[in-house]
Amino acid sequence: MSETTNSTAPAAFESKSAAAIEKAKAAGRKALIAYLPAGYPSKQASIDAAIAVARNGADIIEIGIPYSDPVMDGAVIQAATTEALANGFHVTDVFDIVAAITAETDAAVMVMTYWNPVMRLGVDEFSRRLAEAGGAGLITPDLIPDEAAEWFAASDKYGLDRVFLVAPSSTPERVAMTVAATRGFVYAVSIMGVTGARSSVSSAAESVVAAAHAAGAERACVGLGVSQAKHVREIAAYADGVIVGTALVAALRDGGVAAVGALAKELSTGFDAPATEEVAQ
Amino acid sequence: MVDPATAFLQGGVPAGSAPEQSLRHAPGPYFGAFGGRWMPESLIAALDELEETFEKAKVDPEFLAEVLELNKNYSGRPSLLTEAKRFGAHAGGARVFLKREDLNHTGSHKINNVLGQALLAKRMGKTRVIAETGAGQHGVATATAAALLGLECVVYMGAEDCRRQALNVARMQLLGATVVPVTNGSQTLKDAINDALRDWVANVENTHYVLGTVSGAHPFPAMVRFFHEVIGEEARAQILEQTGRLPDALCACIGGGSNAIGLFHGFLDDPSVKMFGFEAGGEGVDTGRHAATITLGRPGVLHGARSYLMQDEDGQTIESHSISAGLDYPGVGPEHSYLHDIGRVSYEAITDTEAMEAFKLLCRTEGIIPAIETAHALAGAIKVGQRLVVDAEKPEDVVIIVNLSGRGDKDVETAADWFGILDEDGHVKGTTLSTRKAKGSPHGAGAPTAAADSMDSTTEDASNE
Repeated sequence: MSETTNSTAPAAFESKSAAAIEKAKAAGRKALIAYLPAGYPSKQASIDAAIAVARNGADIIEIGIPYSDPVMDGAVIQAATTEALANGFHVTDVFDIVAAITAETDAAVMVMTYWNPVMRLGVDEFSRRLAEAGGAGLITPDLIPDEAAEWFAASDKYGLDRVFLVAPSSTPERVAMTVAATRGFVYAVSIMGVTGARSSVSSAAESVVAAAHAAGAERACVGLGVSQAKHVREIAAYADGVIVGTALVAALRDGGVAAVGALAKELSTGFDAPATEEVAQ
Repeated sequence: MVDPATAFLQGGVPAGSAPEQSLRHAPGPYFGAFGGRWMPESLIAALDELEETFEKAKVDPEFLAEVLELNKNYSGRPSLLTEAKRFGAHAGGARVFLKREDLNHTGSHKINNVLGQALLAKRMGKTRVIAETGAGQHGVATATAAALLGLECVVYMGAEDCRRQALNVARMQLLGATVVPVTNGSQTLKDAINDALRDWVANVENTHYVLGTVSGAHPFPAMVRFFHEVIGEEARAQILEQTGRLPDALCACIGGGSNAIGLFHGFLDDPSVKMFGFEAGGEGVDTGRHAATITLGRPGVLHGARSYLMQDEDGQTIESHSISAGLDYPGVGPEHSYLHDIGRVSYEAITDTEAMEAFKLLCRTEGIIPAIETAHALAGAIKVGQRLVVDAEKPEDVVIIVNLSGRGDKDVETAADWFGILDEDGHVKGTTLSTRKAKGSPHGAGAPTAAADSMDSTTEDASNE
């Protein structure tokens, strides 16, 4: 997996998701990463929702590809992606969605996908079209670096970020291997479980981030179970970014584009230090 | 004859350690281009722990003795090899032998695997086991092993399958297991696996996932096969004893493919033995309503392994259809994909109608009611027999072993419906005996039924008996 030998990637290849996280850092905060399913509740509405979220504080948009067998997702996201599929979503729609969001916002746009849809289209073909659409890279919940040879080659060829997950159960050896394979940021899974809002964020998250940092990760972001501004505040104390999914999907479901934008805005207040707020007032 | 149990203990040649040029040397994680671990990182540590525990156990005489003891004195192994003479007359006159996994405790081959895995769970210090089930046979077997070894047990079962296999839902509950009806997706086996995986991710600390077939992430395909290899090892010794020769052909049904791989493995190094796997052709492979994964699928990843898969142009899993809940799965074990690609095993589709005709035939000619899954292998054996006798000097020179993977008690309602034994209220004609919920809520095959409803009706049926 040598990243320097391919000829088509830009010579000084810059990770778009890393740049977004660094930009937030330069502004004195951490990155907000927002997950929304492609095609939910419709193709256009998913674009509008992502734009609303990006304009209300999200630095990175994570567009999920609806899949028939989403084993890492809880009930809310399953229901949304099932509806998107029932409404006729096709995998190649995601390229239009990424292009539309990229055209309208400054956010880095990642795609989160289970691996079979990528394999079916062809890893190289998928990567080429994602890069053409302006996408930053892929988050792959059921692809571990051990099986990712084709994705290493394609992501190098097209200059895409590859975000792998580390979990509370990952051994130090696996954390090191995963960090080395990752480009952009490491996705630190906060809890042993599936996606879904929880009342508190597991204390395991901090250990996972520490392990990733210790293994050399420059950027580690926490996801799973994050739904409130207070969670964002807690996580911002030790991680480089905060990933929110289910809460945003529920807001979109219940209140449409306006509600999801409002929630993003509220979540990003978690980055304001309480002291600063007092001074400001 | 070498006592098959002794052969098992001595290992014969355990598949994982056979000479490298042997097809029996198949320790995983890859079988040619198939297999592997396409799984969330959260579960990799558990898979590693399982692999390590299994690799140690399979060469540990103490563990093998435990498995042997349970197989012999609890399951009732070795299972018989019964010649089906009257049935064979319909298979071109070939000699057909039935490997009687239906006679195992709990009524199918599934017990072989769950006893082994439950013992491994104990070795890993896990106190809870979870399982998916389609027809209910694997769920019943897991509930049985859990009761025997004092483990908590939760079984995920598609709501549609709960309805089709209500009797097995009741059996699991009687055995102390919790049955969770799964209402996602097609409400069948694949969705039950999804929910079992979600449970496992959240509870992996104290929970072992007893996967019921030779699919999934490494080490499951190699490990589940290991516990079923006893089928082929026994059958090989038994056929040699009864006929003095190796069979010409083996026939087995394929859902995920565990009973088939268990039978096939004992003969993989015997080039004269042809092997046939019969997938569920449902309403016909040209109707789109089938579960003929190898016949019509293409490689992809599902539930942790790269293998043949029924999928659409977007890589979305296509819902499978079969009258048999146990074969109603859009994937297949990776080793079968490999054996297909290298041409060692032939995979063919059998329609619902063909399977049910074979089901009836075995009932009427041999006095054995097979599982509908197994009926697919029987229908295949009829075809194979008729083909092979053409080139034989005498029909009886052709010897075929069919894996009779399970008994048909659980399928009585489906079969009674199919053959018109029930009236429109679901009563056995001419009686007030019902295999279903009370009058007024007829739900024949195909009628949708809410999950809770289905569970209720099952419970009522159980209490009525």
